[in-house]
Amino acid sequence: MRLAIDIGGTFTDIVLENDNNLITKKVLTSIAQPEIAVIEGILELLEENKIMSSEIKMIIHGTTLATNAVIERKGAKTCFVTTEGFRDVLDIGYESRFDQYDILIEKTMSLVPRKHRYVIKERTDVNGSIIEPINTNAFKGLVKKIKDENFESVGIGFLHSYANPENENILKDYLINNLPGVEISVSSDVCPEIREYERFTTTVVNAYIKPLMANYLKKLDNELKGKGFNCSLLLMTSGGTLTNIESACNNPVRLVESGPAGGAILATSIADDLDLNKVISFDMGGTTAKITIIENKKAIKAREFEVDRKARFKKGSGLPLRIPVIEMVEIGAGGGSIARVNKLEQIITGPDSAGSYPGPACYDNGGDKPTITDADLVIGKINPKNFAGGKIILSKELATEAINKNICNIVNLDTETAALAISEIVDETMSNAARVHTVEQGHETSNRTLIAFGGAAPLHIARVAEKLRVKSIIVPTNASVGSAVGFLKAPVGYEVVKSLRMLLNSFKAQKINDLLKDMRDEAQAIIQSNLDEVSFVEERFAFMRYAGQGHEIKVPIDNSILENQHAVKIKATFEEQYEKLYSRILPNADIEILTWSLSLSIASENNNEFKKLDGFKEIKKNKLVDFVDYERNKQIEIPYFERIDLNPGDLIKGQCIISEDQTTVIVSKNFNTKVLSNNFLQMEFINDD
Amino acid sequence: MMIKDNLTEEKKNIQNQVMWNRLLSVVEEQGQTLVRTAFSPIVRECGDISAGVFDLEGRMMAQAVTGTPGHVNSMAESVKHFIDHFPLNSMNEGDIFITNDPWMGTGHLNDFVITTPCFKDNKIVGLFSCTSHLTDIGGLGVGPDATDIHMEGLYIPMLKLADKGVMDQTLLKLISQNTRQPVETEGDVYSLAACNDIGCKRLVEMMEEFQISNLKDLSDFIYNKSLQAVENEIKKIPNGVYHNFMMIDGFEKDIRLEAKLVVKDKSISVDFTGTSDKSKFGINVPLSYTKAYTCFGLSCLVSAEIPNNAGSLYPFQIDAPKGSILNAPYPAAVCARHIIGQMLPDVVFGCLEKALPDKVPAEGASCLWNITFRGKTDRGANNNSLFAVTAVVNGGTGARPSKDGLSATAYPSGVRGTPVEINEAVAPLLFLRKEYSPGSGGKGKYNGGLGQAIEIKSAIDEDMDLLASFDRIKYPARGRLQGEDGKAGSVSIKNQGQLKGKGTQVIKAGEILEIYTPGGAGIGKYSERDQELINRDDENELL
Repeated sequence: MRLAIDIGGTFTDIVLENDNNLITKKVLTSIAQPEIAVIEGILELLEENKIMSSEIKMIIHGTTLATNAVIERKGAKTCFVTTEGFRDVLDIGYESRFDQYDILIEKTMSLVPRKHRYVIKERTDVNGSIIEPINTNAFKGLVKKIKDENFESVGIGFLHSYANPENENILKDYLINNLPGVEISVSSDVCPEIREYERFTTTVVNAYIKPLMANYLKKLDNELKGKGFNCSLLLMTSGGTLTNIESACNNPVRLVESGPAGGAILATSIADDLDLNKVISFDMGGTTAKITIIENKKAIKAREFEVDRKARFKKGSGLPLRIPVIEMVEIGAGGGSIARVNKLEQIITGPDSAGSYPGPACYDNGGDKPTITDADLVIGKINPKNFAGGKIILSKELATEAINKNICNIVNLDTETAALAISEIVDETMSNAARVHTVEQGHETSNRTLIAFGGAAPLHIARVAEKLRVKSIIVPTNASVGSAVGFLKAPVGYEVVKSLRMLLNSFKAQKINDLLKDMRDEAQAIIQSNLDEVSFVEERFAFMRYAGQGHEIKVPIDNSILENQHAVKIKATFEEQYEKLYSRILPNADIEILTWSLSLSIASENNNEFKKLDGFKEIKKNKLVDFVDYERNKQIEIPYFERIDLNPGDLIKGQCIISEDQTTVIVSKNFNTKVLSNNFLQMEFINDD
Repeated sequence: MMIKDNLTEEKKNIQNQVMWNRLLSVVEEQGQTLVRTAFSPIVRECGDISAGVFDLEGRMMAQAVTGTPGHVNSMAESVKHFIDHFPLNSMNEGDIFITNDPWMGTGHLNDFVITTPCFKDNKIVGLFSCTSHLTDIGGLGVGPDATDIHMEGLYIPMLKLADKGVMDQTLLKLISQNTRQPVETEGDVYSLAACNDIGCKRLVEMMEEFQISNLKDLSDFIYNKSLQAVENEIKKIPNGVYHNFMMIDGFEKDIRLEAKLVVKDKSISVDFTGTSDKSKFGINVPLSYTKAYTCFGLSCLVSAEIPNNAGSLYPFQIDAPKGSILNAPYPAAVCARHIIGQMLPDVVFGCLEKALPDKVPAEGASCLWNITFRGKTDRGANNNSLFAVTAVVNGGTGARPSKDGLSATAYPSGVRGTPVEINEAVAPLLFLRKEYSPGSGGKGKYNGGLGQAIEIKSAIDEDMDLLASFDRIKYPARGRLQGEDGKAGSVSIKNQGQLKGKGTQVIKAGEILEIYTPGGAGIGKYSERDQELINRDDENELL
C-alpha cells in the first residue's frame, strides 16, 4: 500500500493506493505548519479504512510550499556572494521589458536585495582557467557580516563556475566550517550551466527556500517515523521523478512546480496503459490550463522554467530557473477565468480568475464578473443541480445577469450567443497554446490523442480537439484528483545537467565519458539510497547547436562508452532533429555541444491490466436536455447520460452530454463515445467519408 | 427564440475575432522560429527581429510581439515595395524575395528583409515577411564611420532569393563572399526563409479549418476594428498643436530634433521640420525608420493595448523634411541609424507632455549602448580568425508617472542584453565590471533608472577596434516637472583619456575600456520623494 500527498494552497489531497483501488481524502491545508494537516489527514484516512501505519510501504509527497515561499517572499534571510564587479547580475537580468508597449511594467525583483549582495575578488575565464585566485583574506570579514546580519542561508555564484567550480568550492568549504547552521547553495552544484543570470537566479531561489524546506521535510519525516511509518518518504520533483529527502533538502529548487508535473505523469501512465505513442495531456482546472506533449509514452523534458511571473503567464516576467522540468505550457484559462470586452470590442477571457471565492457569478457568493463556468452554465454544458457532486447549486440567473451586464450591453449580442462566444474564445486560446507548444517541439497536433483531466477539461475538450484536428480523446475516471494520482505513477529518479563546450569536429570522447561517469555516479548516489536491488533506466542527452547559434536542441546520446567516431553518429542525430524542427540543415556550419544531461530512474513494473474490448454496442438515449449548439447557434435538445450508468462496451453515437460527480463530458456531433474496459471514455472523430 | 436577424453577421464577427487571435499566434511562432534558428548573436540572444503577415494589398494584418519596434513598423512598409517590384501575378509558389535596401527595408544594410508569398490551392493568399539584424555585411562594419551607403557593405536590391523553391546559389555565394562571417550569414538567410515557411503553413491550415479561400474579409475586419479603436483613444486627447525639441550629441556636430505634433479629432500628425540636416556620417535615418520609432512612441501612450497592424498605424501621420537627418536620402550613410531613431519617442513624449501631463515618462538613455568590437580571435568556430561582436547594453529609462524609471533596461528598443558569459564565449573579451552605476538616475519624486558601469579588455592581449555608437554623453536625459536630469554617459580608456562617442577607435592590448551608460531622468521634485524610498536606495548604495 502506498500514500500520495499533494499540499496545495487551500487543500491537502491524500490518496491511498491499495492494490489498484484508490481511496481519496481532502483536508484543509494548515498553512503555518503544513505537516500537521498531513499527519492528521493520513491518520484519519487509515483509521477510516482500518489500515495500520506499518502496512504503508511508501509515502510520496508533492507540495507547492516551495513555490509559495518564493511568490509570497516568505523564504529565509539570504545573502549572495559573487564576483567583484558583477554585484547586480540578479537585478540587471535580461535588460529588457516583458511587454513592449506598457510603459508602467514592474520587473520581478531579485530575492536578494543589493544590500545583501557581497562581492569578492576572484575570476575564472571562459575556459575554466583561474585568472584571479579567490581573495581568501576577505573571508573573515565576510563571515562576520553574515553572522552580524543573521543570515540563515548563503548563495554563492561566480562567473564561469560551470567551467571550473574551484573558487566557489574554496569559499563554500570555508563557510561550511565557519558558519555552522547556515545553509550554503553553490551555483556550480545547483545549476552548472553557462549564462550567469539564470544560474545565479536558480542558486538564489534554492538558497532562499532551503532552510524552510529542509526544516519542514525533516520535521515531517520525524513525525511520520514517530507515528510508526517506517517506510520511505519520497518527494515529487518538477522533472516528474521522485527523489529522497536528503536530495530534496539540498536542492529544494527542484521541488518547485511539482503539482502540475503529477498531472503530466498521470497522462504518461495512461498513455502507457492504453499503448498511445502520440499524446497531448490537457489539464484544465479552475484557474489554468496546462498542456504537455507525451511522446512515445514519455513526457518531454526541459531545463527552463519561470517562477513568480509578475504579469500572469507572460513570458519573461518571472524569475528564470534552470532545473529539470516537464515541458509544459500553462495559460490563464480555467473555469474561473473572467470574460470581458476589450478596447477592440472583442471578447477576451483570462488570464485573471475569479478564484474559488467569490468564484464565478453563478456560485452566488457575490462574484459579478462572467466566467467560463457562467458561460458553460448558460449554454447548458453544466447541470446547475449537479455541479461538484451537487455541493454547490449554481444560479443560471446570476450567470445570465453577469454576461448581460459585462458583455451583451457592450457588444450587442444576446446572452446565448455571448456565452457561445466566450466558450469559443477560451477554446481557441487553449488550442492555440497547445498548437504553438506542440509545434515548438517539432510535432504536429493532428495525429495525437488528447488525454483530458482536471475539473473543466471534459467540458471543453471536444471543441479543442476539433480545432487541433485531433481524432481521439480519452477522459479517464477520477479526473479531478489528477496530480496526487500521478504521484503514485512517478518513477524514482534524478537528472544531472552540466555544461561542457566542445566543437563536434574536435570531439574528445574520453573527456565526455569522464564527465558522464561523474554525472551517473552523482545520480546513482542520490537515488540508490532508497532501494537495494534495482534496474535503472538511463537517458543521456546533449544540448547542441550550430556554432554561432544561441539556442540548443536536445539530441539523444547512446548509453554506451563513447568512442571518438561517435561524433559521426551524433552529428547525424543532430541533423535529423534539426531538420525536423526547422526544415533545413546547414551543411557548412560547425556543430557544437554546450551542455550534457543524464537522467537515471528506477525501472517500474508495468502492472497494466488494460484489456482492449472487441466490440462496442450502441446504447440509446434515455433522456434529452436543453443545449445551445455552437454550429447551429440555437437551443436544441441533446441526449443526456449519467456516467455511473455506463458500462464497458457501451457506445454512444454523436452529440451528447455525459454527467458525473465532479464534471461533465460534452461530446459534439463529430464524435462517437466508447466506454473502455477500465471505464475510461474514448471519443473518436467521425469521418465524413 | 433567442435568434436575432443579424445572427450570421454576429457569428462571422466571432469567427473573425478567433482568426485574428490565430494570426497573432501564427506570427509569434514565425518570430520564435527566427530567434531559435538565427546565428547572429544580436538576434538569438537579444531578439532583434520582426515577423508579420500581410494581405495582398500589402497591409500588415498581424506582427509578432517578439521583436523590436524599429523593425516592425518599417518592415510593414517594405512589403508594399516588394509588391511594387514583383507584381503579385508574377509570384509563384516557392518564390522568396530579399533586400537590404535601407530605404525600402528597415533602415540599414545589416537588416535583411525576406518576403515570401503564401499560396493555398495554387492561389496566392497573402505574404509573410520577416527581418533580422545580421552581424556583418562587409564594408566598414557596424559603426557610424562611413560617409556614404556604399562604404557600409553589400547593398542588395530587391531580388529573388528563391525561384519556385530553388535557392539562387549565385546570390548566396555573392552574399557569403561579402561578409566577414560567411557561414553565419548564409545560415541567417536560411533561418529567415524557414520562419516564413512556418508562418505560411499555419496560415493555410487556418484557412482550411475556417473554410475561407481568401483573407479579404478578415483583413478588412482587423483593419477596421483596429483603426476604430485607435481613433477612439485619440479622441480622448485634447485637440491642439504641441511643440518640442531635444538636443543630442550627433557625430561631427550637435543635432537638434524638433517636432510639431498635431492632435486633430481622430488623427495625430508629427512633423519634424526644424530638425538638423543630415550628417556626413552613418547616423542618418531613412524616413521609414523615423516613422517606425515615432509611431512606437505614440502607440505606447495612446494605444498600447491595440495590436500593431495597418489599421492601428493609419491614424498616425509622420513626416520629416527631405535632407534632414530624419529623412536622409540615398546615398547617405545610415548604418547606426538606431541612435537617433531611438531618441524619437522622447521627442514625441515632450510634445505630449502638454496634452497628457500625467501619462508621460521623463527622457531616458533611450538609444542602445551597444558595444561593438572587431579584431583577431582565438575562439572562433567555422574557421573564423576575425571576430565581430556586439554586446547589447543599456542605460536607465526615464522616470514614469507614479514610478521610478527602470535601471539598465532597453527602451524604446525591445531587445535583450547579452550575458557576459556568452560574450566571453564567442569573442576574446574579458569583462572586469558590469554593474549598476549608483547615482546615475536623475533624482526626482520618481527617480530615473540607473545606468551601468562597464569595464572590458582583450582576453588575448591583442589590439581591437571599438566601433563606437554612443549618444547622451554631452546632452543627458532631461527631467520633467522639476525632476533632475539623468547622468550623462561616458566612454574612456581607464586611467587615461576620454574616447569619442562615435567612430572607430583602437583599444590597445592591455588597455581597459571604461563605459558608463547614461541614467534616465527624474520626474517631480526630489524634496517630494517618499522618505522610505530614499532610505531603501541609501541602504542599497544606489545613490
